[in-house]
Amino acid sequence: MLEQCEGSHAVAQAVALSRPEVICAYPISPQTHIVEGLGELVKSGALTPCEFINVESEFAALSVAIGSSAAGARSYTATASQGLLFMAEAVYNASGLGLPIVMTVANRAIGAPINIWNDHTDSMSMRDAGWLQLFAETNQEALDLHIQAFRIAEELSLPVMVCMDGFILTHAYERVDMPEQAQVDQFLPPYEPRQVLDPSDPVTIGAMVGPEAFTEVRYLAHAKQMQALDLIPQVATEFKAIFGRDSGGLIKTYQTEDADTIVIALGSVLGTIKDTVDDLRAQGHRVGVLGITSYRPFPISAIRDATVRAERIVVIEKCFAVGIGGIVSRDVRSAVRNRPQPVYTVVAGLGGRPITKDSVSELLRQAMADKLELLTFLDLDWAVVNRVLDREKANRRSGPVAEGVLRDLGTVASSAV
Amino acid sequence: MEQSTVKFYQTGTFTVGNRLLAPEQRSVQADVQRRNSLNSGHRACQGCGEALGARYAIDAAMAATDGQLIAANATGCLEVFSTPYPETSWQIPWIHSLFGNAAAVATGIAAAMKAKGRSDVRVVAQGGDGGTTDIGFGCLSGMFERNDDVLYICYDNEAYMNTGVQRSSATPPAARTATTMVVGPHPGNEFGQGKNVPQIAMAHEIPYVATATVADLRDLECKVTKAMSIRGARYIHIFVPCPLGWGAASHDTIKLSRLAVESGVFPVFEAERGEVTEVLKIRRQVPVEEYLRPQKRFAHLFGKHPDVATLAKLQARADRNIRRFGLLETN
Repeated sequence: MLEQCEGSHAVAQAVALSRPEVICAYPISPQTHIVEGLGELVKSGALTPCEFINVESEFAALSVAIGSSAAGARSYTATASQGLLFMAEAVYNASGLGLPIVMTVANRAIGAPINIWNDHTDSMSMRDAGWLQLFAETNQEALDLHIQAFRIAEELSLPVMVCMDGFILTHAYERVDMPEQAQVDQFLPPYEPRQVLDPSDPVTIGAMVGPEAFTEVRYLAHAKQMQALDLIPQVATEFKAIFGRDSGGLIKTYQTEDADTIVIALGSVLGTIKDTVDDLRAQGHRVGVLGITSYRPFPISAIRDATVRAERIVVIEKCFAVGIGGIVSRDVRSAVRNRPQPVYTVVAGLGGRPITKDSVSELLRQAMADKLELLTFLDLDWAVVNRVLDREKANRRSGPVAEGVLRDLGTVASSAV
Repeated sequence: MEQSTVKFYQTGTFTVGNRLLAPEQRSVQADVQRRNSLNSGHRACQGCGEALGARYAIDAAMAATDGQLIAANATGCLEVFSTPYPETSWQIPWIHSLFGNAAAVATGIAAAMKAKGRSDVRVVAQGGDGGTTDIGFGCLSGMFERNDDVLYICYDNEAYMNTGVQRSSATPPAARTATTMVVGPHPGNEFGQGKNVPQIAMAHEIPYVATATVADLRDLECKVTKAMSIRGARYIHIFVPCPLGWGAASHDTIKLSRLAVESGVFPVFEAERGEVTEVLKIRRQVPVEEYLRPQKRFAHLFGKHPDVATLAKLQARADRNIRRFGLLETN
């Protein structure tokens, strides 16, 4: 049924339709509306049987989910940014133990400096922790991916992170098609654990595995992610059969078949990029867009195949590896190895800075002329940055970095730090 | 298992009086059919107080719940010595997740059972003092505050033993540990306020809090049994000597526990919703020195030039416990 609602609300409803048995939540912007919505559904009795637990930290949130999932309950939590880091130990624990927890990450920058707005630094910090990572482009896809996530997680016995851009998606009102309970029930059977804490059949979960067996156990986590490369498209196909729309899968392509230049990105920025590409196409430029939905497992073959005819690839990413450059672009580079295509890294949208059509358009024009640097920080104010660097060279006690910018601009009156 | 109406005292390591009790009053350990939830073959040190306490506690919990029990364990000695892959000593469903989250994992298990309508299945969380009073403190408090249906058992051997005897917030003043060495002007652990987790548990007003030691294993069993008859957050803090970490003889584990009780160093009591309900009176008070002497971690207080001042301070702390809990008052 069509609804106009906030992205968070849509996700809360989708999670509720997936019949979770335990929801544990610690608030952090911009995920709050999701867990508030679910809390209300449980407390009112609309979502039952389900236990909603207000925990004392994100570390507790994922730990509670670990316990409930190991005991055989379909478990869900949500976080962002600092919260994801605070539960980092549990993130590795959940995947290492093979527990099919689904968690929303409402993508937000990680401090310092503290910043509540959207970028992908948080999810990227956990990219190698063994969770599947699915990135939603729209609110519709966000709600759809949660339903698919439970299915994928429980089939593989691996946890799944559904990533959606904080504020841009979570707090935006968009029209969505909300599934019916019967459809979700048809798509998502009750959770049948591969391992479970059951007094009638006791098992030990979480033993200390030494050098003689650790490699094998860890390899199996890798092997399961490889299985996900087949399962994710399969689940997307089954989803389409029941719900009637394309959603999920490994990647999405837009006008890439004849493209000389292919732009690769994750999440909501794909909409802006596609609009920009439409304008460029109208001017005769052959540009295409490749959206990565499944970031983990990284769809090497799919990306390699989709970019075979391109002369160049531009990766626009909302994250970066400090001291190195791109994160997504490095993974893309491994997909197109042994090919002459340059892969341009464009770091954009950090800490919620808007990515405008004009900026993307200018960027792509430079790329098409191969005048782009291999690493670009989009819309960076070089004057400010260079003045701060000069000031730091001159003064030992140059003060906090962010404040240093203000002092340099003359916004802060006092001269002594 | 009912509390015996006759008080039996254990001497040495012999359990007195079991054969004099009615069968239903005997320790579950006396039963040939005992569950051995923590089965033999684990790798605990000889004389490990934690292994002894855990076996009694979990078997009692299993008896009280007719075997419908799931355990969550923190990282630590108990977890490491009981599950050296590919072996496990546990005959019950058991999960080890992380060092600081045993209470939260247990909360999750309890929630799952509730969601599934399995109110017959109960949950125990276990951790050492490190995993409980320090790194697990936040999750413990959260579980208490929500009154989750979990019995948390802390096995307190007063240091991070598994990693090599480092100081925890449960380490007593003056004790030698690897991070409070016997050097400098204040050898051993500093004198601080201590961190009384049983009292902190009481401050959370949870339904049941108790302390126990491995000197009175029947008392421990009864407390676990009582705890399992109650719903909501419960906490049992068990004093468990560590021969290796304390530098004590492995055959002194139970004796040291008794000395800790009889000197007032470790008050044994029960509390419900923040009010003390029962106190184990000291039968024959001993000076704190008698408790300290058999432990090499306090050896620097003795010898040719005993540290009289520190010994007096330690005695004063024990006296304060005796006064606060009424351990010597006669009715």
